[in-house]
Amino acid sequence: MTSPELGSTLAPAKKRPKAGIIAMVVVLVAAFGWLMMGNLDKNVVFFLTPNELLAKGTEAIDVPVRLGGQVKAGTVTWDEKALDLRFDVVDTDGKGTIHVQSKGAPPQMFRDGMGVVCEGRFGADSVFQSTMLIIKHSNEYRAPKAGEKPQEMYKSLMKGSGS
Amino acid sequence: MTAAAAFTLEVPKSGRWPIFGWFAVLFLAGAQITAFAISPPDRDMGDLQKILYVHVPAAWNMGICYLLVAIYSFRYLWKRDDRDDLIAASAAEVGTLLNGLTLVLGMIWARPTWGVWWVWDARLTSTLIMFLVFAGYLALRAFVEEPDRRALWSAVAGIMGAINYPIVYMSVRWWRTIHQVQSTPSTLDPTYTFSLRLNAVAVLFILIYFIRRRYEAALTERVTEQLSQAAALGGPLHA
Repeated sequence: MTSPELGSTLAPAKKRPKAGIIAMVVVLVAAFGWLMMGNLDKNVVFFLTPNELLAKGTEAIDVPVRLGGQVKAGTVTWDEKALDLRFDVVDTDGKGTIHVQSKGAPPQMFRDGMGVVCEGRFGADSVFQSTMLIIKHSNEYRAPKAGEKPQEMYKSLMKGSGS
Repeated sequence: MTAAAAFTLEVPKSGRWPIFGWFAVLFLAGAQITAFAISPPDRDMGDLQKILYVHVPAAWNMGICYLLVAIYSFRYLWKRDDRDDLIAASAAEVGTLLNGLTLVLGMIWARPTWGVWWVWDARLTSTLIMFLVFAGYLALRAFVEEPDRRALWSAVAGIMGAINYPIVYMSVRWWRTIHQVQSTPSTLDPTYTFSLRLNAVAVLFILIYFIRRRYEAALTERVTEQLSQAAALGGPLHA
């Protein structure tokens, strides 16, 4: 391949391992795929839904957990001075309400009906104490309807970036 | 000499390939007009939605790069043609670039919308793992000196890395994640879909142009190596 001398010594040796290498690759690929599919399929759950959390009963009390659902419309109360945010999270089927208390300003997109994931603990008093609030956005992107104004998030972000 | 003659390497000519660079410039310019002047801001996100136009094309095109890595790595294992190894390596470099871009743009997008820079959900974690595998692939190429061994190991590593892409793509459907599932034309405003596709085609042209230029550079480098090797061994410069 390079010079005639090198080519004549390398060429026969290069042909032999072909089938072995391909077989090795196939086995590795299959093993890797099996591991990914078999082991991770049911275990990788980033958050529990309200129904799942409630179904756990006392087992779920006061252990670190992530709760994910929708902000129930009309339940949001926000105390600006105390930075105290309270709202209810419901499952997508509208059942399984859990009260959530969160400290600090919520992300800009937090509003009624928005998907959220809260990191924290479910207290014995049936209030979920959230230490971190993450927005779970849907895959929908829409232009504002006639007369509707788009959110100007980047502007309000700059204003409130200190908090 | 006869066995080697089949894959004699020559310095490549650019030919008509640079035209893809011009296509890229043209499509990028057009895509910016539709993205910024024509498509309205999203009703929830405002102008932050525009990150969609680079984040998603980067992610899609990274898949095309990794598919090329897989195809040419397999072809190298089959034919043992050095050119396949160099094409796979060029595609891997561009793929890693787009993979990094996907991650960084995703983080920039996540901070103001989700409220966090990063979460360890299945989508983000698998995308990061894929990035690290290909960073490892490029490191492997840099550290292994002997060309045949480098090509062989890289081919195996490249295939292993490329398998990650379908996993990354399907992760939002297989597992419960913060990252939303793929948007479809029915969940996107039509003007968004148009701008997104235009940008995706622009990035595709960039990808073709980059991979070709990188391949030309890699092949030129290889030919130079071989000529100097042949000269050092006292053989003729042109076998």
